[in-house]
Amino acid sequence: MAALEPRPSAWGGLNRVLDTPAKRGTAIGAILVVMAVAPFVFGPYATVILTNSLLYVILALGLNVVVGYAGLLDLGYAAFFAVGAYSVGILTTEFGWNFWATIPVAVCAAVFAGIIIGGPTLRLRSDYLAIVTLGFGEIVRISARNLKITGAASGISGIEQPWLFGWHIATPNDFYYVFLALAIIGILVSVRLSNSRLGRAWLYVRHDEDAAEAMGINRVRVKLAAYVIGAIYGSIGGAFFAVNLTAISPESFSFRQSTLFLMAVILGGMGKIPGVILGAFIVVLAPELLRDLGSFRLLIFAVGLLLIMLFRPSGIWPVRSR
Amino acid sequence: MTLANLLAQQLVNGLVLGSFYALVALGYTMVFGVVKLLNFAHGDLYMVGGFVGFLALSLVAGTLGVGWLGVAAAILLSMLAVGSLGVVIERIAYAPMLKAPRLSILITALAVSLVLQNAVLTLTNGQIIPFSPKLGFAGVNLGGVFINYKQMALAGTAALLMLGLEFFFTRTQYGRAMRAVSVDKDMCELMGIDVNRVIAVTFFAGSALAAAAGTMAGAYYGSIWYFMGFLIGLKAFTAAVIGGIGSIPGAMLGGLILGLLESFGTQIPGIGSEWKDVFSFSVLILVLVFKPTGLLGKSEQERM
Amino acid sequence: MTETLLKLSDVSLGFAGNAVLQQVDFDVAAGSIASLIGPNGAGKTSLFNCITGFYKPQSGRIEFDGTALLPLKPFQVTRTGIARTFQNLRLFRQMSVIENVMSGQHCRTKAGAIGAILHLPSQRREERAIRDHAAECLRFVGIAEAEWAREATTLAYGHQRRVEIARALATEPKLLLLDEPAAGLTRGEKLDLITLIGRIRDERGVAVLLIEHDTSLVMRLSERVSVLDHGIMIAEGTPKEIQTNPRVIEAYLGAEDAEAALAL
Repeated sequence: MAALEPRPSAWGGLNRVLDTPAKRGTAIGAILVVMAVAPFVFGPYATVILTNSLLYVILALGLNVVVGYAGLLDLGYAAFFAVGAYSVGILTTEFGWNFWATIPVAVCAAVFAGIIIGGPTLRLRSDYLAIVTLGFGEIVRISARNLKITGAASGISGIEQPWLFGWHIATPNDFYYVFLALAIIGILVSVRLSNSRLGRAWLYVRHDEDAAEAMGINRVRVKLAAYVIGAIYGSIGGAFFAVNLTAISPESFSFRQSTLFLMAVILGGMGKIPGVILGAFIVVLAPELLRDLGSFRLLIFAVGLLLIMLFRPSGIWPVRSR
Repeated sequence: MTLANLLAQQLVNGLVLGSFYALVALGYTMVFGVVKLLNFAHGDLYMVGGFVGFLALSLVAGTLGVGWLGVAAAILLSMLAVGSLGVVIERIAYAPMLKAPRLSILITALAVSLVLQNAVLTLTNGQIIPFSPKLGFAGVNLGGVFINYKQMALAGTAALLMLGLEFFFTRTQYGRAMRAVSVDKDMCELMGIDVNRVIAVTFFAGSALAAAAGTMAGAYYGSIWYFMGFLIGLKAFTAAVIGGIGSIPGAMLGGLILGLLESFGTQIPGIGSEWKDVFSFSVLILVLVFKPTGLLGKSEQERM
Repeated sequence: MTETLLKLSDVSLGFAGNAVLQQVDFDVAAGSIASLIGPNGAGKTSLFNCITGFYKPQSGRIEFDGTALLPLKPFQVTRTGIARTFQNLRLFRQMSVIENVMSGQHCRTKAGAIGAILHLPSQRREERAIRDHAAECLRFVGIAEAEWAREATTLAYGHQRRVEIARALATEPKLLLLDEPAAGLTRGEKLDLITLIGRIRDERGVAVLLIEHDTSLVMRLSERVSVLDHGIMIAEGTPKEIQTNPRVIEAYLGAEDAEAALAL
C-alpha cells in the first residue's frame, strides 16, 4: 500500500523512469544477464577489472552500513579487510587449514575486533571516533608489517586457492563469478537490513541521537551493530581477496585503501545501495581510464570528493526531486 | 653512556619532539575551540608549511644565505603564506558546511586533507626532498649530554611562539574574542562580535603555527615529503587530547608529554622504533576511552 | 487514593555554581493529569531532563513505578514507561510521519540483524505489528492516513506537534511528559489539545505531566498544579488553590500581566 511505504525507494531519481515493479525487475534482470556473460563478452582484462570492482562493491556496501546508515565516520575500514585476509593467509599457509574452514574464523576475528574497538569508542563524538578508527587502521597495518606471523613487510604468499565440490576456483573467470555471487548476497543483506527495525534505528540515531535515546533506543548498541556488520563484510571481502591474489602484503591495507573505500561510498551516494555500487565502480574504473595521468588521478578523486561535499552531498546518483 | 646520560638525552629528544607536537596541537585545539571541528587537514598544513619553507629558503638564499638568518626568514614567510592558506580553506570549504550535519563537515575536512596531500604528491612525484640549510652541528655539552644549537633554536622558537600566542590570547582584543567565541558562539554574534573575522584569525594563527613547525621539522630532520603531515596530524591530535581538547595550555602540555612518552617509550625493551607509532596510537585510544577530557579540559555537559 | 506513579525526593541540581533545582519534592499520581508551571528559567525543563535521565542531579531520589530512575541511562528510563515530547519539536528529519512514530516501538520489540537478514516469519510479524501500532497511535491523535508517508517536517506545525505526541505514545508509556505542547498553537488547536490530553488519560490510562506557559489551558486541564520558581517548588495543589496562592502571585508579579497570567 503506497500510503504506508516508509521512504522514497532506493532507486532515487530513476524512480521516474522505472516506475513499475515490472520495469524495475526488467532492469535488474538485464543487468544480471550482462554481468553473467561479461567475461565472455569483454575479455580477460576487463574480467579482472570487473572482479576488482565487485570486491569494492562488497566492501563499500559494508562501509555503507557504518557510514551511510549509521552515520559513523570510519577511517580505518581497511583494518577489517586486513583481518579477513590475514586470517585466511595465516591459517592456510602456516596451519594448512581448508579455506572454507577459515571463513568462520575470519568473521569471528572481525566481530571480536569490532567489539573491542567499537565498544569503548562508539560513544565518543564523531570527530574523535574518526581519528580513533584511523589510529586503529594504522595499528593493524603496522602490526602486520612488523610481526613475523603475518610475514612482516613481505606479507604472505603462496595461499592455496580453494576447491568447492570438485570445482577448483583458480582462474580469473572462476573468481569473477565468486565475487559476483558475494556481491549479490551483500546487496540482498543490505536491502533487508535497511528495511528493518535495526535499519530504522540507525537512521533515528543518525538524525537525532538524543531524540532517539528519548524513544528508548540504546544508541551505543545500535552503533555497535553497524560497526560489527561492517566488519563482517570487510573480513569476508578480505578473505576472498587473499585467495584471489594468493599473496597479500601490508600495503594493501593502508589509510589510502580506507579512503578509497570511503570515496566509493560517498561519491556514488552515501546510504543508497545503487549509489554505493556506482561509487565502487567509479573508484575502480576511473584509474583505469585515467591511466596516463599517474598520481594526478588521486588528486582528481580528492578534488571530486571535495566538490561533491560542497555542491552535491547526496552523491552522483540521481536524486528524486521533491 | 651511563643510564643518567641516556635518560637525560632522551629528555632532550623528548622535549624537542614535544615542541613540534605542541605547536601543531595548538592549531588543532584553537580551531576546535572556535568552530568545534577537528580540522583533519591540519597535519597537511604542517606538511605544506615544510614545502613552502623550503621554497622560501631557496628564494632568500641569494640575499640572506642558507644559514640561521635564511631559515628564520623562511619560517616567517611560510607562516604568512600557510596562515593565509588556512583562512582560504576555511572560507571555501568549512564556512558553508557549518550548518550541515556533522558527518558532512568531517568528510569535507578529510577531502581537503586529501587534496593537499595529493596535490603535493603530484607536484613532487612522491619523492622525499632533501632540505638542508647550513646550520652546522655545533652545540653545547652539559654534563655528558650533548644539545646542539639546532635543538635549542627549535625549542626556543617553539617557546617563543607559544608565549606569543599566550600574550595574544590574554592581552589582545582578538584573543579575548576568540575565547568568548569558543564558549558561546551564538551569544557573541548577538553581542556584535564579528564571529567570522574571529574564526578567520583563529585559522590563520593555527595554520601559521603548524607551518612554523613544518619548516623547522624540515630543516631539522633534513627532508620533506608529501605524507609527513599524516602522522604528525595524528600525533598532534593525541597531544591535544591528552592535554584536554579546547585548552591552550593543555595542548602545550600534551605535546610535551607525548614527546617525552615517545622518547622514553622507545627505550623500553620490546618497543623499538617500528612500534613507536602503535605505542602513541594506543595512548590516544586509552586516553579517549578513560579520560576523554584530558588533563586540563573542561567536561562537556549534555545540552537538551 | 490513587497510587503515586512518579516520586521525586529532595532533588537538587546545579551547573557551574548555579543552583537549577533545590531540594525539589514532587510527585505524580497514576492516571492523572498534572502540570508544572513557573516563570521562565525556573528549572522546569531541567526537571524533565532529570526524570528522563539526561541530567544527573547532585542529590535526591527519583522513583517511578517502583524503580529507581537515577542510575538509569535515558533509553532505559523510556523503557520503564516514561515518554516525552520536546519544547523545540524534535521529529526525525528526512523520515516519514509513520517512520517517526514507529521509532517509539523500537524499545518494545526485539528483531535484530539476523531476523532481518533471514526475513524470518517472526520478524515479518513483528514488522507488521510495529506498523499497525504506529498507525493506531496516529489515528488516535487525529493525523489523516494521507499524511503518513509524507516527510514529517513538511507537515503543518500543529500536525507536527501531534505526530510527536503519537511518537511518544508509541513507546507504550505509563507517564507522558509534554514540554510546552501548546506553544505556537492556534486557539482552536489548543482546544483540540485539551481534548486529546483528556483522552490520553481516559482512554489509554496514561498519566500526563505538562510544562506549559498558557496558564488558562493548565487550569482547565489539570487535576494538580505544581509551581516552580528559581528551582524551588513554591506551591502545589488544585488549580483553584494555586490561583489564589499569594506566593505564586508574587512569583509572577514581575511579569507584565500577573493577573492575566494566573487567569484570575
